Amino acid sequence: MKLNASTWIFAALLAGITIIAPILHLALPETSPLHVPTYALSLFGKYLSFALLALSVDLIWGYCGILSLGHGAFFTLGGYAMGMHLMRQIGDRGVYGNAELPDFMVFLNWHELPWYWLGFDNFIFALAMVILVPGALAFTFGWFAFRSRVSGVYLSIITQAMTFALMLAFFRNDMGFGGNNGLTDFKEILGFDLHSQGTRVGLFIASGTTLLAGFVLCRMIVASKLGKILVGIRDAESRTRFLGYRVEHYKLFVFTVSAVMAGIAGALYVPQVGIINPGEFAPANSIEIVIWVALGGRGTLIGAIIGAVLVNLAKSYLTAAFPEIWLFALGGLFVGVTLFLPRGIVGGIVGGLGITRLMGARGRA
Amino acid sequence: MSEILYLDGISVSFGGFKALNDLSLVIEADEMRAIIGPNGAGKTTMMDIITGRTRPDKGVVLFQGDIDLTRMDEAEIANLGIGRKFQKPTVFESHSVEDNLQLAQKAPRGPFTTLFAKLSGAQQAAIDATLETIALAAARRRLAGQLSHGQKQWLEIGMLLMQQPELLLVDEPVAGMTDAETEQTADLLRQIAKTRSVVVVEHDMEFVRALGTKVSVLHEGSVLSEGSLEVVQNDPRVIEVYLGR
Amino acid sequence: MPRHIILSMLLLFAAAAIYSPARADQTADILQGLTAKSFNAKISAVETLAASGDARVVAPLTALLEGRLHRRKADGAIVIVQAQDGKEFFFDALTGKPLGEAKPRSSKKIRVNNRLRGILRGALGALTLFSPDRAQRLTAAQSMFKSAGADSLAPLAKAYLKETDANVREALARTLAAVRLRHGSDEEKLAAAEMLADFPDREVRDLLANTAQKAQGGLLAAVTAAHKSIESRLNFFNILQYLFQGISLGSVLLLAAIGLAITFGVMGVINMAHGEMVMLGAYTTHVVQVIFHGYFPGAYTQSLLLAIPCAFLVTGLFGVVLERGVIRFLYGRPLETLLATWGLSLMLQQFVRSIFGPTNREVIAPTWMSGSIEITGGLALTNNRICIVIFAVLVFLLLTLLIRYTDFGLRMRAVTQNRAMANAVGIRSGWVDAMTFGLGSGVAGLAGVALSQIDNVSPNLGQGYIIDSFLVVVFGGVGSLWGTLVAALSLGLANKFLEPYAGAVLGKILILVLVILFIQKRPRGLFALKGRAAEA
Repeated sequence: MKLNASTWIFAALLAGITIIAPILHLALPETSPLHVPTYALSLFGKYLSFALLALSVDLIWGYCGILSLGHGAFFTLGGYAMGMHLMRQIGDRGVYGNAELPDFMVFLNWHELPWYWLGFDNFIFALAMVILVPGALAFTFGWFAFRSRVSGVYLSIITQAMTFALMLAFFRNDMGFGGNNGLTDFKEILGFDLHSQGTRVGLFIASGTTLLAGFVLCRMIVASKLGKILVGIRDAESRTRFLGYRVEHYKLFVFTVSAVMAGIAGALYVPQVGIINPGEFAPANSIEIVIWVALGGRGTLIGAIIGAVLVNLAKSYLTAAFPEIWLFALGGLFVGVTLFLPRGIVGGIVGGLGITRLMGARGRA
Repeated sequence: MSEILYLDGISVSFGGFKALNDLSLVIEADEMRAIIGPNGAGKTTMMDIITGRTRPDKGVVLFQGDIDLTRMDEAEIANLGIGRKFQKPTVFESHSVEDNLQLAQKAPRGPFTTLFAKLSGAQQAAIDATLETIALAAARRRLAGQLSHGQKQWLEIGMLLMQQPELLLVDEPVAGMTDAETEQTADLLRQIAKTRSVVVVEHDMEFVRALGTKVSVLHEGSVLSEGSLEVVQNDPRVIEVYLGR
Repeated sequence: MPRHIILSMLLLFAAAAIYSPARADQTADILQGLTAKSFNAKISAVETLAASGDARVVAPLTALLEGRLHRRKADGAIVIVQAQDGKEFFFDALTGKPLGEAKPRSSKKIRVNNRLRGILRGALGALTLFSPDRAQRLTAAQSMFKSAGADSLAPLAKAYLKETDANVREALARTLAAVRLRHGSDEEKLAAAEMLADFPDREVRDLLANTAQKAQGGLLAAVTAAHKSIESRLNFFNILQYLFQGISLGSVLLLAAIGLAITFGVMGVINMAHGEMVMLGAYTTHVVQVIFHGYFPGAYTQSLLLAIPCAFLVTGLFGVVLERGVIRFLYGRPLETLLATWGLSLMLQQFVRSIFGPTNREVIAPTWMSGSIEITGGLALTNNRICIVIFAVLVFLLLTLLIRYTDFGLRMRAVTQNRAMANAVGIRSGWVDAMTFGLGSGVAGLAGVALSQIDNVSPNLGQGYIIDSFLVVVFGGVGSLWGTLVAALSLGLANKFLEPYAGAVLGKILILVLVILFIQKRPRGLFALKGRAAEA
């Protein structure tokens, strides 16, 4: 599998940011204009995890035409798996000082840890769950959906119903995931204080590195023959089928890979924001991811990353400065991009320069 | 000669409308057969049945004597060696001509093998050969979406050749083609039919004449008449169907 | 029992103010008789008080029974002592007028013995049973069901014979039977068990179940039979109740989804802003009410009726603008349409939030819509729910007729089936598109009017219905209004029948999972179009 020049350039750029931003943060005095403050580093760490999430959506939507409106579910599940580990790391430092049970279970008068919390004390186990839980859900869901050829808007609607159902479920206290408060009050990760500067830098580097790995992985997938088949499925599903490819297997493969990526993104997100709650399952969140990708340019991978960072930058700024305007801006973005920029920023630039081939595939619905 | 495709007593209806009514048809190995018939005669539905897109309500569909096609899906049937060309040219528009052929090329079809697949020298040679056959060697790096209508038709036929099928189903291959292109296409199909069976559905009588092959006439979901074009054209039932009451 | 007494005390104190002083004096005199030394004298005083039929004596007699009736040492007045916040206060025994804090040892408790207690109980029950107020008699009869002893038998029987109101009579018969079952002779018990079978409610069922544990022989058989018959009838009522709730939920779903069935089902447009159209309809109802009320205060019925066409026009117009301004550029790109309309929905929400604020707006229901129709055995149908069911059916019928029999409906169907052909025969398909979308949005507005009666009118109103509506349309089969009807009703019913077993949230989750599984089985829904056209 050969990767083209733009991939290398962008990968180098990502690697550069991952290395340089922490250096600027640690090495320069706070008075320096180039100094990166802690909050900015945390904020960007969060954006990087969103970028990974956007990447996962672009992989299925941009390259295989599967519009999932429930990808937030995989992200949140990955986040919960990480959150459960962080919860166990609190130990007896919770409000109730109970070393055996998380605070919310003490509050609910539970007397022992539910079986599905067992093992989360172990970091490696938690990481495995970050991958396995979203992966298994995506595999099961996709196995049923793709086998019975649910596609297009029907698939979008049922993925949305899936994340909605999960949201309702996680809001219930009986589920044992902290009800509507979710999991929070984390203290440390792998023995490092979550609030310390060093840990924040570490998390930023972890997010940047994972995003880089995710980007290269996606590039390798879409540049392979499998990637070409995915695009074939996107553009002419029945032709692919009549050529002898089992379309459902391909969709299932890419859907599961994408869900796992989303789960990992969630696991990176949670320690950086310090909380995970069922609100993250909200269908609106999942739809928002899609607009990141659409703005950046679907079917370009680079666009997904750029779109995620841009929209979230705007969101951070607007929700703080003009909270009234944010929803207008976001809504306008949805309308504007679909009407006037159907190929997104990156797709538009690439298309405008006539170098479509460079990107491997053209962004199309 | 042994029979490659055997259809017997096929019926299928869509919400009360009988698309196929007790249709029976036999195609011999290495035979080329033209299927003609008015609109709604069931030509496309028949193709759908053979390729696994539609399940018949009743009837038998056998491939190579003993393989029951009614139990298989499109991909399985395609991998048995049945290729299908659609009425409207269907190629991967955002892939290059070469990539289109590569995707069609006979090779393992699983996701994990394709993820790590590499194009071998022999495979590249086969692609080059097909590019020559369908006269698209010069356009090999162009996106399929940028090809002319006739070129897309050929590309699709080229893709079917890359599949190395035993049986080719071709739905109206010359629709929208110029006379010269039509002639070339007839040559191409005759060439192909030397080593495999080909079923051509077509409206264009000149084209069918150019193919010079046995003809089956479909009407209201079953075979009305069969034989050479001469015989069929003089069949009073066919005349009645075509010229009307 | 205590609740009943407190209730009647409150009522009596309120009533006391109206009584004439002359009569009060007479009763007060007899009341003094309670302070007599001998219990026989006290008994005769109680009996005189009971016989007076003066409802005000209920309070002092109750207090006496509970040991809270005192004689104030300073002036010999009869007072009721009541504890409040750790202190004790005096109240006038007859009028309930507060008489200040009770200092320790400033009064003496009027003593009672067991015999007097029995007589007091009977007298008390009898007193309220003969109250002139129908509601009071009913409460008395109902509240005596659980605890009334054998001594209440006589007053109950007497009250039963005297009673003229049918409902109270029935309640008395029920209580009488219960008391007889507990305290009557063997024959009476048998008869009571049989009689109780005619009163299918939870209280009777529990009483019978308790009795069955102790009963033997013929009585056991009779009680068990009665219990069984009640149980089965209660189950039946439960099913009726779920049925009604299910139909009611189904009609709400139908109203919310039917506009979508037109825009999505007929036109293939995924309108994620559909919920916001519903929300706009609800706000229109609110605005119409505010304006209308400014000119005609209290005319809620008229304003609600006026809101129906207004909401239809406002949201319909909005729909037309939306279609011409955005959606028509996106035909054939369903996923883009979905995203663009989602964006519109966010903007509409913020728009409404900026104008009306984020809090709920009040829509006052006309009086005939509040309240409920009671059908036996605690089965009550609320009026507003009934109205919504009727409204949903009307909207559905009108739409079906519109599509089937009007010229516009014909054009609409023509465009859906073959756009090119419709253009060729001179139908302006662009105009039909706009009108169809306007119709779908207008119907959403109608749903908004209905939902304003049962849900909070807030900017988030539409969000709560959008996922359900899409599921209904997809479940029913795209392009089929009947499918939408069947889907809405079956989802509503399934939800309500699952709720008692799984709980509201889990029931909802189960429904979502079931629909998701169903769509896997039949991706095109219940009433799917089949054939080549559907596969293209």
